[in-house]
Amino acid sequence: MSALTISQLSKSFGGLHVTRSVNLNVEPGERRLIIGPNGAGKTTLFNQITGEITPDSGSIKLFGQDITQVPTRRRAHLGMARTYQIITLFPHDTILHNVTLALLGLSPARWNPLTALKRQSHLIERAQEALEMVGLGAIAARPLAQTSYGERRRVEIAMALAQKPKVLLLDEPFAGLSIDERQDVHKCLMAIPRDVTMVMIEHNMDVALEFADRITLLHFGEVIVEGTRNEVVEDPRTREVYLGH
Amino acid sequence: MSTRIIVIAVALVALLTVPYWMPGIYYVNVASQILFYAIFALGLNLLAGYAGLVSLGHAGLFGIAAYATGYTLQLGYGHPMAILTALTIGMASMAVYAVLSLRATGIGFIMITLALGEIIWGLAYRWISITNGDNGINVQGRPEPFGIAITSAGAFYYTTLTVFLVALAAVTMFVRSPFGAALMGTRDQARRMTALGYHVWAIRFWTCMFSGLLTAIAGVLFVYYTQFISPQALDLTASAEVLLMVISGGAGTLLGPVVGAALVVVVKSVVSGFLERWNMLLGAIFVAIVILMPEGLVPGSARLWRVAMTKFAPSEKRKPTP
Repeated sequence: MSALTISQLSKSFGGLHVTRSVNLNVEPGERRLIIGPNGAGKTTLFNQITGEITPDSGSIKLFGQDITQVPTRRRAHLGMARTYQIITLFPHDTILHNVTLALLGLSPARWNPLTALKRQSHLIERAQEALEMVGLGAIAARPLAQTSYGERRRVEIAMALAQKPKVLLLDEPFAGLSIDERQDVHKCLMAIPRDVTMVMIEHNMDVALEFADRITLLHFGEVIVEGTRNEVVEDPRTREVYLGH
Repeated sequence: MSTRIIVIAVALVALLTVPYWMPGIYYVNVASQILFYAIFALGLNLLAGYAGLVSLGHAGLFGIAAYATGYTLQLGYGHPMAILTALTIGMASMAVYAVLSLRATGIGFIMITLALGEIIWGLAYRWISITNGDNGINVQGRPEPFGIAITSAGAFYYTTLTVFLVALAAVTMFVRSPFGAALMGTRDQARRMTALGYHVWAIRFWTCMFSGLLTAIAGVLFVYYTQFISPQALDLTASAEVLLMVISGGAGTLLGPVVGAALVVVVKSVVSGFLERWNMLLGAIFVAIVILMPEGLVPGSARLWRVAMTKFAPSEKRKPTP
């Protein structure tokens, strides 16, 4: 059974067809890279996979279960996590609190109005572990406002990983990072075990190519090329549409 | 941290002994007013401060509870029944209010709540068979909790103080709980919270209900205090006044609304005795707060205190913020 199956997915905003009959099949444990020029509809595709945008037609299946009509919050409970291209974190809180919130989202304790959050030591410990995984364990207590951009990227990844997702969607995790920071994030991602299926949108080909098992090239909302890393890189259409001359 | 505990202990002792050190019954009554308005402001702060949803029609909900008390008593029922009815109707109204207004956030939420508040005011003014229109409803007597008469100013003060302390403790527990953390998450990053698995609408709805409960409780205390309810108590000015209590004291802080309530009530009822243009004074105070401490009196004073401590006591080890 595939981890993620998208069939004949279409979405238009008025006359703008942002997703045109997209088919995508991601196997469990696979690392899939989605590339394409700006405006190709990559993030829009992600937003439909997570449910933030409802497609006009087509279906999305997560491990065989049709989730096309399932609300975004339920998809998180079914094992889907994502990071954002534009970092969306909780700026007034500490790094640890950010990750704790991610864990709390999947815990029944999130409805508990009667005891202190501090008492959820189980969640806090797991949040700390997730931060160790991305190398931020030492600064867990630091307010988010006092962290660098690269650290915030890793907080995003820690939040997604803490939820122990089956499918992890990464929207440009390397965007805006310095070379050193890119290496840090790259290390985090390479360390993620194969029981997590990952789909990544990325422009930065140096780091992204190494990551990918298979690559899908989107252009004007359509899948132009799909195949293994080498197939796609060597395809002349990839050069034409994306990689340049 | 120790400074904080000392301040709270002193405040608590001061509150518990109000009838003994206040110069007269009038001032004890002012203290009662501060406390039930503080409960009201605590309720509004849950939305305006912790949920990021600024409600501009909360006086309508406050009024509904007050009218429900008055009307039930008029029908000949006893005080326990009147209070129960008021809280039930208050909560039911809040549920409708929440369902209608939670369709939007930001400016949209403000406009819907403003409109709903005005509709409730209109009903109070025009639905004469129930509300007696502009003449309002007079309420006779006060309840006797556990057989204790609370007709005297002191006894009513202690009743209000008890309810206030319970409300403050409940709000404190609520905002520090996992649910409270989730609520603040929806205020700061609603979209993110949805992706993390939270039901953002439900979190906001239940917070509205808690806010509605506190508002209804304040409404009941109000009507037993004044023994009278008229449309004036739930007009837009009343809604704006509570919102100003929250903002001037410090939205999204536990004690801000309490300090804000004290400020507004003192200027309104005490200073107005000496100064005819008390409204202007209140306005000037608000302007000063917005300029000097835009975050509100409580967090603003805490900030100035820290600055002063580090400036004038450089030898003392700098303490982290409580």
